[in-house]
Amino acid sequence: MRLSPDEIIYWQFGFMKLNATILFTWAIMVVLVVGSILITRKLSVAHIRSRWQNMLEIIITAIEKQIEEIGLGTPEKYLGFLGTLFIFIAAASFFTIVPGYEPPTGSLSTTAALSLCVFAAVPIFGIGEKGLGAYLKLYVKPTFIMLPFNIISEISRTLALAIRLFGNMMSGSMIVGILVSITPFVFPIIMTALGLLTGMVQAYIFSILAAVYIAAATTHAKRTVPIKKEKSWTA
Amino acid sequence: MDSMTIIAIVSIITAGFAITIGTMAPAFGEGKAVSTALTSLAQQPDASSTITRTLFVGLAMIESTAIYCFVVAMILIFANPFWNSAIAQAAGK
Repeated sequence: MRLSPDEIIYWQFGFMKLNATILFTWAIMVVLVVGSILITRKLSVAHIRSRWQNMLEIIITAIEKQIEEIGLGTPEKYLGFLGTLFIFIAAASFFTIVPGYEPPTGSLSTTAALSLCVFAAVPIFGIGEKGLGAYLKLYVKPTFIMLPFNIISEISRTLALAIRLFGNMMSGSMIVGILVSITPFVFPIIMTALGLLTGMVQAYIFSILAAVYIAAATTHAKRTVPIKKEKSWTA
Repeated sequence: MDSMTIIAIVSIITAGFAITIGTMAPAFGEGKAVSTALTSLAQQPDASSTITRTLFVGLAMIESTAIYCFVVAMILIFANPFWNSAIAQAAGK
């Protein structure tokens, strides 16, 4: 029984190993990058546009709306990072419909790398938005006694992000693996379909949590988000 | 009983307890969270997007405790470090 796709090794040279995690990560990167280049090569602003452009626009505007609702005032600034996280994790679990594919997010190395990106992005965005002093002041809020707890929470939430995604993806492929050996043909398909759903939910949760952490580090000092007008119920 | 048998017995029993207790409590917590969210959705359908997002984030937080227990159980069964060291010691003899 395999715990992660790290253990499938295709090619080895000295200490360099080409395992399934790296290979499928590269495959996803190629698909996403080439697909995006092909779609955005001929964009149109007229009413007639290609289906692919429509699809991309739907995804991008949906992500932007979600980011804005969390409280990040300018979603364009964070779209590159948070959108990439979401699309990569979603694509990683979406391609399980291809036979022989192992989701690279089922390896702890991938999820640890992703959550380390979040760990680094929070201070980068925070310092960029508020300046070094104001960002560091967040650690001693509300009082100075909370300093160690703030640092612990910073580390533990990074760990939690990595373990959560890894555990969900690994359990999905492991349940399918166990079911294939017990009851082949029908039940593995159902569990794979369920795995697609959980994969999407996990991608959503990962990027939402990253957005929440960034929002907590960037929006405290001044209110950059304009207070939305209340909907007029009578109109 | 030699040490390897003891390690195997303890690991299997611990894995079973970890997954049982470790999923029971988060299941109660998630049920409570979902039922409260459904009540508030019925009362304020206009705030549905906010409630749903907060519910998802909260559910992920609660569920991660269950996931930790699952990971511990999987490590105990499939990648047990004590078992491996016992095997290495037995091979070294």
